[in-house]
Amino acid sequence: MARIEAEVGKPQGGFMQWIDDRFPWTSTMKYHVTEYYTSKNFNFWYVFGVLAMVVLVIQLVTGIFLTMNYKPSADEAFASVEYIMRDVEWGWLIRYMHSTGASFFFIVVYLHMFRAMLYGSYKKPRELIWLIGMMIFFVLMAEAFAGYLLPWGQMSYWGAQVIISLFGAIPGIGEALVEIIRGDYSISDITLNRFFALHVIALPLALVGLVFVHIVALHEVGSNNPDGIEIKEHKGPDGIPLDGVAFHPYHTTKDLVAIIIFLIIFSFVLFFAPEMGGYFLEHANFEPANLKATPEHIAPVWYFTPFYAILRAVPDKLWGFILFGSSVLLPVFLPWLDRARVKSIRYRGWIYKSALGIFVVSFVALGWLGTQPASETYVLIARIFSVIYFAFFLLMPYYTTVDKTKPVPDRVV
Amino acid sequence: MSKLIKLAVLAASTGIAVFFLATPGFAAGGGAELLKVDIDPGQINSLQRGARNFMNYCSGCHSAQYVRFNTIGKYLELSDEQLIDNLMFNAEKTFEPIVAAMSAADAERWYGKAPPDLSLMARSKGADYIYSFLKGFYLQADSPTGVDNLYLPGTSMPHVLWDLQGYQRANFSEHTEAGVTTVHFEGFEQVTEGNISLALADDYDEFVRDTVNFLAYIAEPIRAERRKIGTWVIMYLLVFLIIAYMLKKQVWKDVH
Repeated sequence: MARIEAEVGKPQGGFMQWIDDRFPWTSTMKYHVTEYYTSKNFNFWYVFGVLAMVVLVIQLVTGIFLTMNYKPSADEAFASVEYIMRDVEWGWLIRYMHSTGASFFFIVVYLHMFRAMLYGSYKKPRELIWLIGMMIFFVLMAEAFAGYLLPWGQMSYWGAQVIISLFGAIPGIGEALVEIIRGDYSISDITLNRFFALHVIALPLALVGLVFVHIVALHEVGSNNPDGIEIKEHKGPDGIPLDGVAFHPYHTTKDLVAIIIFLIIFSFVLFFAPEMGGYFLEHANFEPANLKATPEHIAPVWYFTPFYAILRAVPDKLWGFILFGSSVLLPVFLPWLDRARVKSIRYRGWIYKSALGIFVVSFVALGWLGTQPASETYVLIARIFSVIYFAFFLLMPYYTTVDKTKPVPDRVV
Repeated sequence: MSKLIKLAVLAASTGIAVFFLATPGFAAGGGAELLKVDIDPGQINSLQRGARNFMNYCSGCHSAQYVRFNTIGKYLELSDEQLIDNLMFNAEKTFEPIVAAMSAADAERWYGKAPPDLSLMARSKGADYIYSFLKGFYLQADSPTGVDNLYLPGTSMPHVLWDLQGYQRANFSEHTEAGVTTVHFEGFEQVTEGNISLALADDYDEFVRDTVNFLAYIAEPIRAERRKIGTWVIMYLLVFLIIAYMLKKQVWKDVH
């Protein structure tokens, strides 16, 4: 022993040193956790990022166990879901966690995006975080859409039929594209198989990768805050932002409180109203897919309905598809549409405040309209709200320029 | 945050709440308003009677292919012997599911349509719908079965429970306004009396209610248990919340 020490020197820091010589563990933990400084004035709106991570983990873990018992075949899929619900030990809990998680994923992500709109989190220097975030949103939509086909109920089948056939409106390549997506002339066992592959492997992989990149980009520039001030511009003599607190233990303990409150709400739905009155699990989806019988009223799940309402508001098939696509894509351009010099809603003028308020109302209204049968009155109302939806984005360069802003303080209040 | 935004958020969250609370409900067939039934998975006696009704009057034609006898037995507090003696008419082992005596091919030949599986009927159509449907048969001379149903017009199902309920006639009134004729359902009129004692029940409405209660139970056998577990989960989380909140307070006490 003594001879070895004489030759290579004494071990310096035990096990952690051994790891750190081979892997950047301590430095990574410092950079991303214990010495990652975020503003101390985070409010309610700042919990939805971490909550989205919690839901992602719920979905991944329950998804693994569902896959162990689910059969991705048109003949067996519906029965295998009922088998999970009735015969697999705790299968009902896993399945309800997954189905409730799907809806909560969107609730949390929509609120997370709304937070960015409240406090200008997409503005310079965080444009890339916003773009990666929008990519996460698109992958999430695809993931949810593919997942909804898997129970092979009536609404799974006909909802997918309606949405996939939308791509047929694209001139020239439309019909061919629809066939490529379905892999068949109608939705069939083949479609179910490829959607299963996308839902359990391809899209979750993309999702996890994008979430990782989203966080790396965030930690590079630092988190925004309700005042929209860069806390890095005011550092103390120790190089630590004066208004910052370390992510751990400060925000970890704060987030823990938020996570538990979230889990309480989540449990209320999961244990007492897993169907959520037909919005989270649609009634018609308790009937197996029937190619010969179209349900009386086909509506996508609630998280797609704002965009679906816009689609139905347009009388022309191609234009309907274009506007539907644009309504999903438009938020991507927010960092460049918003010309205001301040980030936070706190220092913006009445024009932006009203615009955002009206936008929220029209988004929710469109969401409700999308679940309803398309009566004449409803289509008319949907048209009005669709115009407001587009106006919010397209007129933004103008109204954010003329809007009077208040002076922004140097430090967070 | 300005008052305006607060107002908008409040309006939006109220909107979302209304959105979720306003149950879209189940589509009513035939346009007639559904009757309301109050079901309770806690009433084991009612469920036992419902199971008996189902096996005697429904399972000849309708399967409940996802429901196993021993699952029912466990919840309805019935022993294997009781299951075998009273409920399992064409099943050997208690782990078997409920399969109709009539084959689907025969059913299609005889009625034009195979009777639907009833495992999930209460979740897809709702308990109110089944209750209304079972009370909605009325005499219709030109129908092949001699009856039609107010809640599913043109149904190929005969009035299986005629000897219990008797036959009834439906009275409709027609209104013509601006060339458009609308038909209103006015009410049922009893034509022949039934004999409910054949089913060892007291009252047709109770008989139907028990049956619907059972169908609602088999649609989601875990329903009562998940609520029980849910209460404990939420109580645990509330305790955890208090501890987490105290921890957060402690950690943040030096931040100003």
